[in-house]
Amino acid sequence: MFLIYCPYCKATREEEEFHNAGEAFIARPADPEAASDEEWGDYLFMRKNPKGWHWEQWQHAAGCGRVFAVKRHTLSYRIAGSWTLAAGKALFLQEGGV
Amino acid sequence: MANRYSFWSLLRHGLKHHQSWQPAWKSPRPKDRYDVIIVGGGGHGLAAAYYLAREHGVKNIAVLEKGWLGSGNSARNTTIIRSNYLWDESAFLFEHSLKLWEGLSQDLNFNVLFSQRGVMNVGHTLQDMRDIERRVNANLLNGVDAVILTPRQIKERVPLIDIGPGARYPVMGASFQPRGGVARHDAVVWGFARAASDLGVDLIEQCEVHDFIVENGCIKGVNTSQGPILAERVGCSASGHNSVLAATAGIRLPLESHPLQALVSESLKPALDTVVMSNAVHAYISQSDKGEFVIGAGIDGYVGYGQRGSPHVIEHTLSAIVEMFPTLSRVRMNRQWGGIVDVTPDANPIIGKTRVKGLYFNCGWGTGGFKATPGAGHLFAHTIAHDAPHPINAPFSIERFLTGRLVDEHGASAVAH
Ligand SMILES: Cc1cc2nc3c(=O)[nH]c(=O)nc-3n(C[C@H](O)[C@H](O)[C@H](O)COP(=O)(O)OP(=O)(O)OC[C@H]3O[C@@H](n4cnc5c(N)ncnc54)[C@H](O)[C@@H]3O)c2cc1C
Ligand SMILES: [Zn+2]
Repeated sequence: MFLIYCPYCKATREEEEFHNAGEAFIARPADPEAASDEEWGDYLFMRKNPKGWHWEQWQHAAGCGRVFAVKRHTLSYRIAGSWTLAAGKALFLQEGGV
Repeated sequence: MANRYSFWSLLRHGLKHHQSWQPAWKSPRPKDRYDVIIVGGGGHGLAAAYYLAREHGVKNIAVLEKGWLGSGNSARNTTIIRSNYLWDESAFLFEHSLKLWEGLSQDLNFNVLFSQRGVMNVGHTLQDMRDIERRVNANLLNGVDAVILTPRQIKERVPLIDIGPGARYPVMGASFQPRGGVARHDAVVWGFARAASDLGVDLIEQCEVHDFIVENGCIKGVNTSQGPILAERVGCSASGHNSVLAATAGIRLPLESHPLQALVSESLKPALDTVVMSNAVHAYISQSDKGEFVIGAGIDGYVGYGQRGSPHVIEHTLSAIVEMFPTLSRVRMNRQWGGIVDVTPDANPIIGKTRVKGLYFNCGWGTGGFKATPGAGHLFAHTIAHDAPHPINAPFSIERFLTGRLVDEHGASAVAH
């Protein structure tokens, strides 16, 4: 059980109020028609699944309903912070994320 | 076999006050090089090593385990065994395994306490019942034993269950696979370990694989906490940690690792002699030979490697169990734990080759791979020995996620386990 901060409600709530929506910032192939099966399969199904820091999407399901970015450690479950998707992505890219 | 277990050996050792039993397997130091290395000393890895040695005549095999043998999900699961999957590919896969279970104690000369007490999948809604009928028919067509039970027949088998009109989750019927059941998880690990060791397989505990050594697209070995160990063929069977290991060879897998929890009660008199599962409320329960009720919960909704789960997941499962079995409401739970399961998008495993020549993965068994232990090991051994899959595991390649040829058991099979 952990507590998550919703950047929209500006409130910290129990994990149960939220729904995890998977790895964040997976880039959709810019031109899907031109993407190879390999690129498309990679986009749809392959995941980082790291043991360590993980950028992920959470939805405030029992609250405002909005989706935002959380950086969470998958072993200690520590949370570095919550951001709107745009702010989170900027930080993610700044860290050298791909 | 060096130490054959039998009634007579038990008697003989009994007369000597059990002072002269030999260790069940050897603990050698790792050699510099092997023909095949298996990463992960769970049931699957040990079974693969055993079948490689027994059926494919591979002589020089090591199993590398970071903790002790069976310290992963093999010893953390609720041991439900069944093969009543919907799709042909999955039904053949799990039925292949169930057939191996049926002769396993004899094969290994080790009693794995395989108990075919039947597995019941309960339906609570009309839609559940339609799905159950469809699945039972599909099972029968594939030669998998399956029957549909009425609520009255369920009550006869399971007197504890509430089938009354006031039930929160009305019981409308169930599928039943009589050949399904449970086995003793540790015994499966120990049985395969002992039999593999007897065939000359080196079982190396406390040996964590840090990364794969890859040269020119070919596997050359692994770097471990006990130094580098070389091999031209490496099979990885590390359950929750497969993605982490694959990444060291630059391979991406369609896996997410989640905590999955289970719990057991204090020991009670025998009161439940089959396995009851419910997909809709996500609860499953059986009673162990020691009398404990063994209850499995759901996975946490996020990627997690902490071997513990969120309390609300257990709460959800227990509230469903208590609704279905009201008499259990005052039973005390003794222990609770979590294991890390690697889940694929189509809820079916991967047993196959990778882009790195000589590197194979057996992964993605998610919440339901215990039942597959002998089958997965058998097919993984075949795949490694022939550098090509067996017809039964050919549909379960990594490529299916690139071609789109998924075998989608999500919601199609009976329940997650
Ligand atoms: C709570 C729970 C309930 C379950 N219930 C059922 C059920 O009822 N029925 C069913 O069929 N399945 C069930 N499962 C799933 C089942 O437990 C697994 O699918 C199955 O046991 C996997 O076997 P394995 O041998 O692949 O994995 P494991 O037993 O986990 O073996 C993998 C081994 O790899 C080792 N390892 C990991 N990383 C490294 C490394 N870097 N170097 C060396 N070694 C490493 C680990 O220590 C571990 O021992 C359940 C799982 C859980 C957690
Ligand atoms: Zn909110």
